[in-house]
Amino acid sequence: MITIFGIPSAALFGQLLIGLINGSFYALLSLGLAVIFGMLNIINFAHGAQYMLGAVAAFLLLQWTGIGYWPALVVAPLVVGAFGIVIERTLLQWLYKLDHLYGLLLTFGLALIIEGLGRNYLGSAGLPYTLPDSLRGGQNLGFMFLPNYRAWVIVASAVICFGTWFAIERTRLGAYLRAATENPTLVRAFGINVPVMITLTYGFGVALAAFAGVMAAPIYNVSPQMGSELIIVVFAVVVIGGMGSILGAILTGFGLGIIEGLTKVFYPEASNTVIFVIMAIVLLVRPAGLFGRRA
Amino acid sequence: MLDRTGPLLAVKDLQAWYGESHILHGVSFDVREGEVVTLLGRNGAGKTTTMKSIMGIVGQRAGSVRFEGQELIGKQSNQIARAGIALCPEERGIFASLSVEENLTLPPVVRPGGLTIDQIFELFPNLKERLGSSQGTKLSGGEQQMLAIGRILRTGARLLLLDEPTEGLAPVIIQQIGKTIRALKQQGFTILLVEQNFRFASTVADRYYVMEHGRVIDQFANAELDANIDKLHEYLGV
Ligand SMILES: Nc1ncnc2c1ncn2[C@@H]1O[C@H](COP(=O)(O)OP(=O)(O)OP(=O)(O)O)[C@@H](O)[C@H]1O
Ligand SMILES: [Mg+2]
Repeated sequence: MITIFGIPSAALFGQLLIGLINGSFYALLSLGLAVIFGMLNIINFAHGAQYMLGAVAAFLLLQWTGIGYWPALVVAPLVVGAFGIVIERTLLQWLYKLDHLYGLLLTFGLALIIEGLGRNYLGSAGLPYTLPDSLRGGQNLGFMFLPNYRAWVIVASAVICFGTWFAIERTRLGAYLRAATENPTLVRAFGINVPVMITLTYGFGVALAAFAGVMAAPIYNVSPQMGSELIIVVFAVVVIGGMGSILGAILTGFGLGIIEGLTKVFYPEASNTVIFVIMAIVLLVRPAGLFGRRA
Repeated sequence: MLDRTGPLLAVKDLQAWYGESHILHGVSFDVREGEVVTLLGRNGAGKTTTMKSIMGIVGQRAGSVRFEGQELIGKQSNQIARAGIALCPEERGIFASLSVEENLTLPPVVRPGGLTIDQIFELFPNLKERLGSSQGTKLSGGEQQMLAIGRILRTGARLLLLDEPTEGLAPVIIQQIGKTIRALKQQGFTILLVEQNFRFASTVADRYYVMEHGRVIDQFANAELDANIDKLHEYLGV
């Protein structure tokens, strides 16, 4: 048996893979949070619930209508994103001028309501979501076995993250977004409909969470509390990366997933807390986060 | 209805508030097509607030702002921009997260007939050299001011609101901005200028309005400047 630092290589790579998978979800979710925070000035505590809604939507699409994984990957984010747009128009738009705290409280309340409804209708036991046939099986890489679905999740997440980064940092629409994040009044006075941009940004951020939820459905069970378990870690990731930085959110998400995976190999006792320990250190040394702009 | 006989911009009894504080108490003035009109007044007289009220970016406003005969008082700022008015704000408003090029091309074209990028570089050759700069705010104050003026020339807006474009700049740059304003006037732009420095204003302006405590208290043409100089010193407290 091949070993690295006294650890069997299969175990090492296995945990590295799990770390990358978790990192994929951290990155997708913290990216959505960063995009929403940048434009709306709101810390979207409902993000975990919206992620869960994505998974539930995929589950229900399959149960009720037989719509499978691939269409669900598009339909669920659209439906949940539209729900996000309704929330923004009816509730969030009144809070932008107030302290962050109000947005946080409102979205926290929303998360509790959505999860409560989920428990009421779905029960709290996890519901299994069957893997699409096209992504069953895996590859034997020699040093480890790589399930196809997990490879797909990592690649898809990396592509979506990069695409979002590109759209924001390198396109004209992205320039509008960045400018409106800095000075919405002036951007609007140039003739750009900033309120519509804000609404669509929230819809997009929510759709990203739902997309992550659909991808998570075949890996984790679909359950009402799947979002709240994950979102605590994601908020720690956001604090470490620094609010408002797109690239920071992506890199920190993947990086911390990997660190968490490696901790499971080398010091399993700390694997559940390592991210929070890093968060505490970062808060002490660089309160704005590793990639944060504001000092 | 487009009213071609009246002034391009007609401001009547304009009132504005920031929250509870009532800042403009009935400002009235006109700007005719092709004119450069300057608002003078002490610090806090309400010049910037007048510009912002025309643009629709104060908390609350009342009265009448007619542009090309069209009433704008009930419109949102994005609609006002689309009507053909562009603002160069006092604080310049260059975006740190945008490159120089992105800053320059940010304001969308609202009408045909704006300057091309090359024509803008003819007015501001320095900008061309700094185009590759990754951050708009890394430019010098003068370059940022040129960028702030340059970017609104692309949009096709015919009325430019320039709020203290010479504030805090070196004399050579002030001269360049004066030259630019005269060139823009030649090209048919209509300009509403805010200035503290009436020596500078006298090199570009056709007419002046003097503001105090949120009201227009006097007006005169550039030819009458010398005759009014003592009064003006008093108004401006210089
Ligand atoms: N955002 C704001 N909130 C509350 N009051 C404001 C605000 N902006 C300006 N004011 C007040 O409105 C009045 C007019 O300000 P304004 O900026 O229009 O003056 P100004 O003539 O442009 O002065 P300056 O020459 O210093 O630029 C001042 O008393 C100022 O304190
Ligand atoms: Mg001012």
